[in-house]
Amino acid sequence: MPLKRGVGVSSGVVIGTALVLETEDVRVPRRFVPSDQTAHEIQLVEKAFAAAQAEVGGERERFAERAGNDLADIFGFHERWLGDEKPRKEIADLIRDKEYSAAYAISVFMRRYRRRFQEMASPFLQERARDIQDIERRLLRHVGGETRMELAALDESVIIIAHDLTPSQLVELEQTKRLLGFATDVGGTTSHTAIIAAGLSIPAVVGLEDITTHISSGDTVVIDGLHGVVVINPDEQQRATYTAEAEHLQEVRATLAELRDLDAETRDGVKIELLGNIEFPLEITDCLEKGARGIGLFRTEFLFLQTDRLPSEEEQFEAYRDAAQQLDGLPLVIRTMDLGGDKCHPTGGWEMEKNPFLGLRSIRYSLQNLPMFRSQLRAILRASVFGDIRVMFPLVSRIMELRQAKFVLSTVTEELEEEGYEFREDIPVGVMIETPAAAICAREIAREADFLSIGTNDLIQYTLAVDRTNERVGQLYSPADPSVLRLIRQVVRLGGRSEAKVSLCGEMAGDALFVILLLGMGLRTLSMAAGNIPRTKKIIRSISMADAQRVCRRVMSFETEREVLNYLRDETRKVWEDL
Amino acid sequence: MQDDESCRQIEVEIVNPQGLHARPVMRFIDIAAQFKSSIRIHKGDMSVDGKSPMEMMLLEGVQGTILKLEACGDDAAQALDKLAELVRDGFGEM
Repeated sequence: MPLKRGVGVSSGVVIGTALVLETEDVRVPRRFVPSDQTAHEIQLVEKAFAAAQAEVGGERERFAERAGNDLADIFGFHERWLGDEKPRKEIADLIRDKEYSAAYAISVFMRRYRRRFQEMASPFLQERARDIQDIERRLLRHVGGETRMELAALDESVIIIAHDLTPSQLVELEQTKRLLGFATDVGGTTSHTAIIAAGLSIPAVVGLEDITTHISSGDTVVIDGLHGVVVINPDEQQRATYTAEAEHLQEVRATLAELRDLDAETRDGVKIELLGNIEFPLEITDCLEKGARGIGLFRTEFLFLQTDRLPSEEEQFEAYRDAAQQLDGLPLVIRTMDLGGDKCHPTGGWEMEKNPFLGLRSIRYSLQNLPMFRSQLRAILRASVFGDIRVMFPLVSRIMELRQAKFVLSTVTEELEEEGYEFREDIPVGVMIETPAAAICAREIAREADFLSIGTNDLIQYTLAVDRTNERVGQLYSPADPSVLRLIRQVVRLGGRSEAKVSLCGEMAGDALFVILLLGMGLRTLSMAAGNIPRTKKIIRSISMADAQRVCRRVMSFETEREVLNYLRDETRKVWEDL
Repeated sequence: MQDDESCRQIEVEIVNPQGLHARPVMRFIDIAAQFKSSIRIHKGDMSVDGKSPMEMMLLEGVQGTILKLEACGDDAAQALDKLAELVRDGFGEM
């Protein structure tokens, strides 16, 4: 029943069977061969053993030359294992009796073999399981054929344990509807995988450092995303506690689901627009299911970071068009590429910067890499006839950047016109307010933009001068800091004096604690991860605008983050007892 | 166990702190392979082939574990001498 602590990135509790994803994703598909081919498959097995043995022998020799012969001994042992006739015989029997393919027979045998180690007490278990895995991988590599695990082919519900998960792996897993939860060695609350997990309401704990070495496939694990805890093989009592908690959350969720088709409207009839934040077009369905009335933030970096080459205009166009079509007329705010900082494209010609978050990132990068920027704008414009597409520039810190970006947009418009493309000529242009500079000059920016969207993650980091992933100062990062709240209120006020609509799309929008306050400040559009929409709606429907304004006035009089948090917690609990 | 008269048995204790990990298994197998006799190792009600690395890996032997070595064949006595000596010496790891 060991308990491991990490960072909970997505609330929710789940108990289930673990599937440990190996770095190479090896899982062999079940394949059969005609009976007249079994001799051939057996031969393949013999060859794979011989080749693997020769290879490992070479490695042993290589390591034997170096100091400290531990590795040489390990390989020496593998070499002998591969030279043993018994495994080959048993694998050959499997092929003859069951007509398995060579690769599948090897994996079946190895899995059974490995299972026998699970009965062993440590330290033998771990050391040997690793050895066997290593031998298995080597054999499978030599036997050839299909050995890549298709994540999409999961056939039972599992909790995924991995060193790390990429956002696309996560989305792929989610699509199988077999993903109960996940835990990873690396990661933090701001990693994109974490953000998506929260959006999809998949319980997850990250930053566990070495969880993959503590869990084996088949173990029962509890993922408590709320407290950032993973329990391995829970005892009766733990099981009961967590099952009860999971059921309670399930009920809460069911209640919220009933709200889906209701408006996000305060008790005194003020309608609030709730939108979803997404990274991949695939997530749109989930947003709509949770009650989003459009997408307020479509991050486009995935297009640039997924492959090692830049996406063509056509590929981008297709992604934007698909998203627009899925939304069927609902708004889709596309944020232009927010590269730099911690998101660098391998071919982008990046230089090491001393301070990447104060460096060439986001709109600054776009304005210095015009061909890339232009192709993205062309793709967005071309897709604009397929729905209500709007374009948004990130991290603008001075009005000149907005003017330059709009100039590029207008030249692209002319170009498309000449080429005879159809597009929406009055495509709304928005600016993300993510720096104190932009917040302070919001009035001027608002005059030249159709909408402003407050991006709180960066705004907080730049206002408080805190990197929240830095564990030595991370606790200083807080949306509730009075300086941050004053900046947000100022943007809402200044924006309100222009035609521009102001919305908020940072993580703060989805935090139950701040809903009442944000409404009180005057915000009428909030964009958040899909998973947070139902409860936000519930809170909105439980309060009146007069309440919200009262709360806001009170909060603005506080001097410390602590007072703000305590007060908001009390006020929110009055209408949302599950906080 | 074979009831052949040429079978011999001996009990030995694992004495090295690390127990029967990869390197000791390897040494054991290398010695066992030098003899024609079949070699089995019994631990409680479990029994494995002393010449098969695959089976030997399944044998969980921490320090203090008693193993019963059994050899059957013409050179059984010599085989047991050598193997028992290896185990008693802590597989050369002490």
